[in-house]
Amino acid sequence: MKELSLHIADIIQNSIVAGASVVKVAIIEDIKKNILKISVEDNGKGMSKELLLSAADPFTTSRKTRRVGLGIPLFKQSAHRAGGDLSIKSSPGAGTMVMATFVHDHIDRQPLGDIAGTMLCAIVSNSDTDFVYTHSVNSKSFVIDTKDLKNTLGIKSFSEPDVYIWIKNYFEERENEILN
Amino acid sequence: MKVTELIEKMRLSVETQGSDREITGCYIGDLMSLALSDIFEGNIWVTVQTNINAVAVASHKEASCILLPKGLKPDKEARERAESENMYILSSDKTAYELCVIIDKMI
Repeated sequence: MKELSLHIADIIQNSIVAGASVVKVAIIEDIKKNILKISVEDNGKGMSKELLLSAADPFTTSRKTRRVGLGIPLFKQSAHRAGGDLSIKSSPGAGTMVMATFVHDHIDRQPLGDIAGTMLCAIVSNSDTDFVYTHSVNSKSFVIDTKDLKNTLGIKSFSEPDVYIWIKNYFEERENEILN
Repeated sequence: MKVTELIEKMRLSVETQGSDREITGCYIGDLMSLALSDIFEGNIWVTVQTNINAVAVASHKEASCILLPKGLKPDKEARERAESENMYILSSDKTAYELCVIIDKMI
């Protein structure tokens, strides 16, 4: 993948297919420790021990269980290439948490890419799922919780054009605040 | 042209045996997501990727073989899976550019 946000889009899709009603995405950038951590946690149906063991194997996954596909193997490869690793915690009925780490300034670490666009796409196209997005860079951070936003705005989805434009701007402003 | 013919003419090192598919063309690149969308059936795939994910992509896209430049060798896991998937992995000391110049004249 050219950008890490594309891996995140892949993993979010796994959560959606697993029936998650809440998906938590966290991006933690610690420049001092030179670490980038990405985690995607859901409350979907979770994975059996057997599926968990084979989740990083591209064959059992892409050939037999389309639910996982090449998403996890390629994400893991990206992490390894940048001096990091990927781990998965999951059990049936208890959801799944995928966590990848990267050496922040590693020359082979792909850029984060259009993370706002990735999150918006997931939020807009899955109105039954609530997303909690956290992005922190050193001591600056922000959280966007779509359930809170829905309650505050009195809406059920973000797909109406004016609502979409509002959340897009909101997202981009928050991203810019912590990056600058 | 078939893969066995390519091996003989280019004197390639055979890392794993596979089925002797007809070669339809060549794809060069190391970014898995692009390879996944752009490799055509029967293509030679010239890449520096030596891991099991490359075997998965080659197999999924029905490439005719994986061709590793600069003397690269597949890792153990990739080797085992390529054998069981009947996917040829070939290796050469030449660079990807040198390999593709020769391939272009042959196919």
